[in-house]
Amino acid sequence: MKFSQYDPGQFYDELYEGTGQPRPGSKLLLRKFASLPEGELKKRQQAAERVILNMGMTFGVYGSNDGHEQIFPFDIVPRIVEPPDWTHIESGLRQRLRALNLFIDDVYHEQKILKDGVIPSELIYSSKGFLNACWGLKPPRGIWCHIAGIDLVRIGDGRYYVLEDNMRCPSGVAYVLEARQVMKRTFPELFDAYRVRPVDDYPSHLQDTLRYLSDLPDPTVVMLTPGMFNSAYYEHSLLAQKMGVELVEANDLAVIDGYVHMRTTKGSQRVDVIYRRINDNYLDPLAFRPDSTLGVPGLMDVYQKGRVALVNAPGTGVADDKAIYAYVPKIINYYLAEEPILPNVQTYLCSERQDRAYVLEHLDQLVVKATNEAGGYGMLIGPQSSKQERDEYATRIEADPRNYIAQPTLALSRVPTLVDDHLEGRHVDLRPYVLYGREIYVLPGGMTRVALRKGSLVVNSSQGGGNKDTWVLS
Amino acid sequence: MLSRVASSIFWLNRYIERAENYARFIEVNLNLSLDLPRGTTEQWEPLVATTGDHEAFLARYGKATKETVIQFLATDAANPSSILSCLAAARENARSVREVISTDMWEQVNRFHLQVREAVSRGLSTQNLHVFLTDVKANSHLFLGITDATMSHGEGWHFARLGRLLERADKTSRILDVKYFMLLPTVAEVGTPFDIIQWSALLKSASALEMYYKRFGRIAPDDVSTFLILDATFPRAIRYCLIKSENSLHAISGSEHGSYRNQAEKQLGRLRAQLDFGDHEDYVADGLHEFLDRFQGKLNGVGEVIFETFFAPRPIHNTIPASESQ
Repeated sequence: MKFSQYDPGQFYDELYEGTGQPRPGSKLLLRKFASLPEGELKKRQQAAERVILNMGMTFGVYGSNDGHEQIFPFDIVPRIVEPPDWTHIESGLRQRLRALNLFIDDVYHEQKILKDGVIPSELIYSSKGFLNACWGLKPPRGIWCHIAGIDLVRIGDGRYYVLEDNMRCPSGVAYVLEARQVMKRTFPELFDAYRVRPVDDYPSHLQDTLRYLSDLPDPTVVMLTPGMFNSAYYEHSLLAQKMGVELVEANDLAVIDGYVHMRTTKGSQRVDVIYRRINDNYLDPLAFRPDSTLGVPGLMDVYQKGRVALVNAPGTGVADDKAIYAYVPKIINYYLAEEPILPNVQTYLCSERQDRAYVLEHLDQLVVKATNEAGGYGMLIGPQSSKQERDEYATRIEADPRNYIAQPTLALSRVPTLVDDHLEGRHVDLRPYVLYGREIYVLPGGMTRVALRKGSLVVNSSQGGGNKDTWVLS
Repeated sequence: MLSRVASSIFWLNRYIERAENYARFIEVNLNLSLDLPRGTTEQWEPLVATTGDHEAFLARYGKATKETVIQFLATDAANPSSILSCLAAARENARSVREVISTDMWEQVNRFHLQVREAVSRGLSTQNLHVFLTDVKANSHLFLGITDATMSHGEGWHFARLGRLLERADKTSRILDVKYFMLLPTVAEVGTPFDIIQWSALLKSASALEMYYKRFGRIAPDDVSTFLILDATFPRAIRYCLIKSENSLHAISGSEHGSYRNQAEKQLGRLRAQLDFGDHEDYVADGLHEFLDRFQGKLNGVGEVIFETFFAPRPIHNTIPASESQ
């Protein structure tokens, strides 16, 4: 295979700065690849896939009817992030999480930001993530969003932009941990040569973040999952295992004498902190959806009395509403009096008359997203859409403009990816994980999602995307 | 330990043990039929009868031949006790308690399941059947070894052992029962070399031949039954299984031996005591098959009270996914 002929094309390439020209941090990797015998990379890719199969690394896809589980698609060419880039990303993420937490707290208390006219009130009240049950709530330690996964993209100018804030139950960190395991088995010699910052201690940081929320010296922490039919079940069990905490389902929990308890073989045991991977609306059938069988009746009442901590707090969805996203630069400015370190992607709000008109005119060039959807669902990619799809979206936008935003179609950066026996550029994004406990911690790494189909810009695993390991160098 | 978790560990181990024993079932019949004198036809229906799933089999297949019986016991996804189904169920249970078991245990269950699935999709033939059965047994032993070596011998481990040994006690009794159903060409053949060959094939299927010889030296039908039912040190003997199961129950609830705190301990203790003070007269009087039948009924009763005592009944929700998928 000719690595000297790899052509980054018109895109920003994470490993190459020009045809056959590796970036400084990638030289060693590409030299190593070049030194491997013909066919060896493909062999290692297959070996990695075998490891993944044996590890049982799977994810579920909603809407697929056969057994749910699919093997995690993975590419063995890592993404490399050089130290200065990482320092920049890290400070930008800290800033963003701080500001968004102040914003959520304000929204459920004094609403200064609305009174000062920085954000229109109707945008907040019409957000599906805004919960009346959270009015005046004081979450433990004053933190609302403890765990965030913030999606970044890099485009042609080489700068990182924030594409989405995931402030509810961001998933994927298990794949970061497992991808590293797979890579260590696949290229042990590279880990000797490179100084890749480790990610394996994420579960212990996560546990510190969770334990910090209780005043007890030895609180009982549990992880609440909707169960093994959930698409992210693999991650729930992996994190519980690596933290050594119980993985519970709603039926294992009950409110007894004003506290949350879990049912054990030796009777009931009090629970102090719950890392819940259940949607706000399903948490407590008494407070939210009465038809939820996944929730714990009375949980919100215990939470409001400060007798159990929930992570993340309910109500954080208001901060990752895709229409409110457009205001995050202003939010940062308002609460911190700072300029955003990581810029937003230009966003058109369909609720605004002028923006809407522009969006409807340019549907073939824009990416349209439903404000409350995630996982690549409810999305129109203009340049790759049919006339019929565009018409459909136009009707939807006009019927419910608040529910849609649009962004320019971004020329996402690419990373060389193994296709048969050679490398081809494939588009990627990056989701780093941020924890907010005693202090803010950014995991040095993250989920690099890659659109494995040639030319595709959709990186979601539910839509033909795969993953790569992310190497943050030290 | 969560009741749901305890239940899943218990069943994970029961299913693995069941798969192993189904491999042994098939093996015992293969061995027996290979040794049949010329002119006698192979008997496969008795094997189905011993599993207790006779009706389900007849409804699905009608006629018992070597092919249909092996398919039913090994590869039939519609038979909840087939080797394939056991592995699928074991893996699902393991997946639901991944945070409690070690990664090595999980990976072994996952690999075991994959191997069985691949073997089934390739198809079982006379040539590869033996290899398949040997692999199933070896994989089960590997899982057991990994469990012993990587899981703390605490509550979870005791539920694991409880599940495994109760299942094994039941299946050893059924392996012994195969001989009852396996008709000799004539009554006159009892005690003949041919009869002896069958008994030793049966011991072999329970991996018991060498240990049996060490204790009794020569094959005699009553001694084989005594060994597989009453031996206290051979790990596949029924009494051994009950002694260790009872130990695990006491370790779980913290009660003293000779006492009981719950119905599970009471019923298992009684059943074990019957064997402690039993001898071959017990099953010679009414007949071995009747004895085994009664035993299986009582053991089922123990399983039921364990369920009531430790695993509160709980529905499994397979509803609309409600977590965020961000």
